[in-house]
Amino acid sequence: MSNALMNRPPVDDRPQPPSFSKRRLPRWAPAAIALVSVAAGCGAGLLAGWQSRVQWGLIAALVFVAGTYLVTTVVEGKRQAKDRIATSLVWVCFVLAIVPLASLAWTTVTRGLRVLDGYFLSHSMAGLQNDEPGGGVYHAIIGTLEQVGLATLMAVPIGLLTAVYLVEYGRGRLAKAVTFFVDVMTGIPSIVAGLFILSTWVLTFGMGFSGFAGSMALAILMMPVVVRSTEEMLKLVPDELREASLALGVPKWRTILKVVLPTAVGGIATGVMLAVARITGETAPVLLLVSGSMFINNDPFNDVQSSLPLYVFEQYAVGTPAAVDRAWAAALVLIAIVMLLNLLARGIARWKAPKAR
Amino acid sequence: MDTPTSKAPAPPEAPQGRRTTGKAGDRVFLGLSRGSGIVLLVIMAAIAAFLAYRASLAISKDQANFLTAFAWNPQGNPPEFGIAILAYGTVVSSIIAMAVAVPVAIGIALFVSHYAPRKLAAPMAYVIDLLAAVPSIVYGLWGALVLVPYLAGLNQWLDEYLGWTYIFDKTGSGPARSLFTVGLLLAVMILPVITNVIREVFLQVPRMHEEAALALGATRWEVIRMSVLPFGRSGIISASMLGLGRALGETMAVATVLSPSFVFSGHLLDPGGGTFAQNIAAKFNEADAFGRDALIASGLVLFVITLLVNGAARLIIARRKEYSGAAA
Repeated sequence: MSNALMNRPPVDDRPQPPSFSKRRLPRWAPAAIALVSVAAGCGAGLLAGWQSRVQWGLIAALVFVAGTYLVTTVVEGKRQAKDRIATSLVWVCFVLAIVPLASLAWTTVTRGLRVLDGYFLSHSMAGLQNDEPGGGVYHAIIGTLEQVGLATLMAVPIGLLTAVYLVEYGRGRLAKAVTFFVDVMTGIPSIVAGLFILSTWVLTFGMGFSGFAGSMALAILMMPVVVRSTEEMLKLVPDELREASLALGVPKWRTILKVVLPTAVGGIATGVMLAVARITGETAPVLLLVSGSMFINNDPFNDVQSSLPLYVFEQYAVGTPAAVDRAWAAALVLIAIVMLLNLLARGIARWKAPKAR
Repeated sequence: MDTPTSKAPAPPEAPQGRRTTGKAGDRVFLGLSRGSGIVLLVIMAAIAAFLAYRASLAISKDQANFLTAFAWNPQGNPPEFGIAILAYGTVVSSIIAMAVAVPVAIGIALFVSHYAPRKLAAPMAYVIDLLAAVPSIVYGLWGALVLVPYLAGLNQWLDEYLGWTYIFDKTGSGPARSLFTVGLLLAVMILPVITNVIREVFLQVPRMHEEAALALGATRWEVIRMSVLPFGRSGIISASMLGLGRALGETMAVATVLSPSFVFSGHLLDPGGGTFAQNIAAKFNEADAFGRDALIASGLVLFVITLLVNGAARLIIARRKEYSGAAA
């Protein structure tokens, strides 16, 4: 009797807790399935003689997803299978996104470095045929710096003050309207901002193309970004600081200037830098309003100028090998400037971040 | 030591003086800040007014139907131009971009917020931030010189196996400077923008919801389906709308990649077509004064469309804020 009891397998005795003792795939299973599917993809590709590696990859991915689903369903059950499918899909999305973006970065750097040197940075295109090698972006860098600088000078004061109004004073219909239209303004396509300045400054008031006209359009694009980011930062300033200052008898405007703005200055500077980075790469309004030039023009208020993004577009449009090389190099310079501004913005944010004491 | 003694005698008269300057200062400051708010409103109004004014100049002389004509010939005699082909190209390329970018963006956002190893997640978010800042002209250059030749194989494959769907039927052997390629490039461009917003929303999902689901024995996917996605739904919608706004108004990337034409074609892989922004950039230099007004008219249409899309996105975000506020 007792012997028989002892011999009975204990597993059958009581109900199992569901997930702990269930059969699970070994840890190496996904890797194994991946290996098999890559082999299947390559095999199918070789057999059918397809040129495009994308097709190989697609086959491999399909085999992987189907294989995972089947194996997991058999071993672990349907719910786990779905979970694994989701996991692999998420990873596929990640890889899908990385491939073009990595290709973009890689191409720009490798192609850009071909002609990028000191000469390229310090010379303009004056006196050069389009298919000749040589030339540089000096005039374009000057143009970009001046246009972006002017746009910043116009957009930042208005943007800052508007954000102050919205956070510190804004009640009622006007503030609501401003908030709504700032949001709407954020979404204005850059070419529409360019068309607006074109229709007023150039077509209606009869002024010519100039760096300044372009910077006005850039300022329109920059303002809502500055307002939005400054607003967020001002909202983060604790009310206690304001109240303490007001309780000491400091008038409101001095409270804002001496307490609120200095507290938020790091975040505000970050927002401004990001906005500057954004407009530095804008091409469309510059194309409509600054018009492009081969020569150095240091005066943004008179006559046409060039600018980096516009230079890239022009050289691409020329299409000769030398010009395309120049386009890539200028694109690399442009990206470097934008990334530098971004990194600077992060640096300021980290440096000025309120420290927990 | 010096400052307290020098300050000590001041108080008796200071408050009086301070208060008056304070009031005047307050008034000036309020005036300045309210004024710049009003400046913003004036700019918006001026944009609408001036574009509408110049557009009306052009449209009044247009001999074709501005909304339905398939031609762009404002210099002609009589001038004939219409936006039908531009509207079609803009909508189609944006739809392709959205169809590709939104699911992938959700995937990447999930990857960063829920799947990626901790050490990878923070740099990933940072890199996505940086990618959102890459200028569109660089995307355009890459699209025209790398993506277009690369897509030739994919186009051939699509034509061969999906040609029966009509839209994937490639009739010529031209390069892949088509609306389909433009859509894919736009998808790559708006991907970081959409991903950023969605990731923010996913990170706000209450931990309690997820932990409750986990405690009930849900798998990771079930947690996402039952707690993360429902919570993030309005965020996903508004992020997509913001991306759509970007795609609709994108100029340079489309201008470099597309080889434009004003012949209507339902075959997405064939080169041709055009978008509002691309048409403005391409036709601007050769346009005379009247031609520029005609381009402004098409810009006005683009302006109105993006206003509607962005307004809708903002409404959804505002509604969501109200709901979550009511729930808290």
